[in-house]
Amino acid sequence: MTTPAEAVRAASEGDRFVVALGGRWRIDQADRLDRRLRGLAPGAAKRVLIDLDNVEALDTAGAWVVYRTVKRLREEGYAVEFTRARPEHKALLDLVESNDWPVECRPPREPPVRAFVAHVGSATLDIIAETGMLIGFLGATTITLFRSLLMPWRVRWTALVNHMEQVGLNAVPIVGLISFLVGAVLAYQGAEQLRRFGAEIFVVNLVGVSVLREMGILLTAIIVAGRSGSAFTAAIGSMKVREEIDAMRTLGLDPMELLVMPRLIALVLTLPLLAFFADVTGLLGGGLVAWMALGIGPAQFIERLGEAVPIWSFWVGIIKAPVFAFVIAVIGCYEGFRVEGSAESVGRMTTRAVVEAIFLVIVIDALFSVLFAFLEI
Amino acid sequence: MTASEPAIRVRGLTTRFGDQVVHDNLDLEVRRGEVLGVVGGSGTGKSVLLRTIIGLNRPASGSIEVLGHDVAGLGGAERRSLEERWGVLFQDGALFSSLTVAQNVQVPLREHTDLSREVIDELTGVKIGMVGLPAEAAGKYPSELSGGMRKRAGLARALALDPEIVFLDEPTSGLDPIGAAAFDQLIRRLQRTLGLTVFMVTHDLDSLGAICDRIAVLVDGRVLIVGPMETMLRETHPWVHDYFHGPRARAAYGA
Repeated sequence: MTTPAEAVRAASEGDRFVVALGGRWRIDQADRLDRRLRGLAPGAAKRVLIDLDNVEALDTAGAWVVYRTVKRLREEGYAVEFTRARPEHKALLDLVESNDWPVECRPPREPPVRAFVAHVGSATLDIIAETGMLIGFLGATTITLFRSLLMPWRVRWTALVNHMEQVGLNAVPIVGLISFLVGAVLAYQGAEQLRRFGAEIFVVNLVGVSVLREMGILLTAIIVAGRSGSAFTAAIGSMKVREEIDAMRTLGLDPMELLVMPRLIALVLTLPLLAFFADVTGLLGGGLVAWMALGIGPAQFIERLGEAVPIWSFWVGIIKAPVFAFVIAVIGCYEGFRVEGSAESVGRMTTRAVVEAIFLVIVIDALFSVLFAFLEI
Repeated sequence: MTASEPAIRVRGLTTRFGDQVVHDNLDLEVRRGEVLGVVGGSGTGKSVLLRTIIGLNRPASGSIEVLGHDVAGLGGAERRSLEERWGVLFQDGALFSSLTVAQNVQVPLREHTDLSREVIDELTGVKIGMVGLPAEAAGKYPSELSGGMRKRAGLARALALDPEIVFLDEPTSGLDPIGAAAFDQLIRRLQRTLGLTVFMVTHDLDSLGAICDRIAVLVDGRVLIVGPMETMLRETHPWVHDYFHGPRARAAYGA
């Protein structure tokens, strides 16, 4: 390896300042050599001669550090020339010189206050525009849905059954497990508190009402939003990226009918069933803990459940299911259609779809609570 | 290492995907400083060969030497230092979509060199200029570029570390004839100035005629013949004859 002293030898010869370069001028050495060249100061000499005779290897990075020094010296008022350069080295020096363009290497940074205001403004406009588009999509979905109900032969039955399997049947294990565990935890924590008042039996009320009215359906909806809402967006989004949606349109096929309807109907049909299953496993989990920890046997549990929990509590939970299913499916499909350009966009929209669906499910659940309180159910 | 030693030497290469044999005992040498074009029908494993040489696919058997190193036998640091000596242009550029063109070109420079930020920024400008992109393209994201510009940006990134070998996967596919011809000339010019060895998978008869020193024809998982265009035109193997004497070939160089 050439030492920096051997790579750059500088000497004054009369009014000339001769810089003799030697050794390997390649990218792995470029930083060291650049630092060495930065120290060059020709002093009183007017002309600078760069002698490339001993240069063994040169690449564009090496050529660039030489050229940028030449440029600096020229700006400082020296006349700089190359001498004894091999043709291929000269060609490289010419190549970098002819491509000496300053480019913007980092996206420009705006002043923070302005950037903040601009961000708030564009986000607001985005929300307004998105709300408009979502309402438009909702309208289109509703129209297609009614048309499908009036002309059931236009429903894609194979796709529908396939989606029912994927969003419904395949979700059974995870929904059951989570609901069972939450029911058990609820009963256990409730038992701890109620035991102090000697009111252990009220664990049945606690588990019954909370699982049937809220927990069963809410957990199911959140799991399905994360599991199937995201799948809808990703599937439709990647079809959009590969221009499959455009291909469908040109073949006279309606993507709403082909892609959205089977998913929407499948989810609306299966989410209530899943919610019912979650109710059962949740009660099972709660009942098991009540039996183990409090000695409330199955017969007593069921009897108490019948007395304490009105049947309406069950219906309150199940009624919400199709509404949540509709929201999850519409958001999932809508965000899928909004995918544009790259695969990165698929990921971004999928995240959005899940967050929006879960958010809306919880908001609508709160609205339902208000409604039911008003109706005194 | 002597100058006559080949840049790439593939011996007895066999690649399989499940039961499907892609390469069957394939031999190929790429000389230093030449432009080698690899042709073959669709599905004959041209791109697979490229990917196998750069180590993205694991061969079932056979040896691959690049710049005197056995690719399969290298681990860790040695492998990385070999990777710094080649650059790859994937079919659609394979630019990182979350980075601007300039940032894409800087990725290898930042990762593998200790150059100052200032010099990296300046070199980025040089590389972007070298591949014929306008300076405004530097701040754009890949999704805002046309196909031809993405390829140029991908080439700039492949050339960032001044590699000795450049692998090009269908560099002119999807470009209009003017853009493709310009890209051919760009590769030829850079190859001459930088002394590159170019391994190019292509279907473009114009590129084959215009810039390839030698052409390797892949048939039935092997390299059938390697040689300059004149050899290809004299070859009597039916597939090769059809390839280089078909209507498109006649249009391309009046054969």
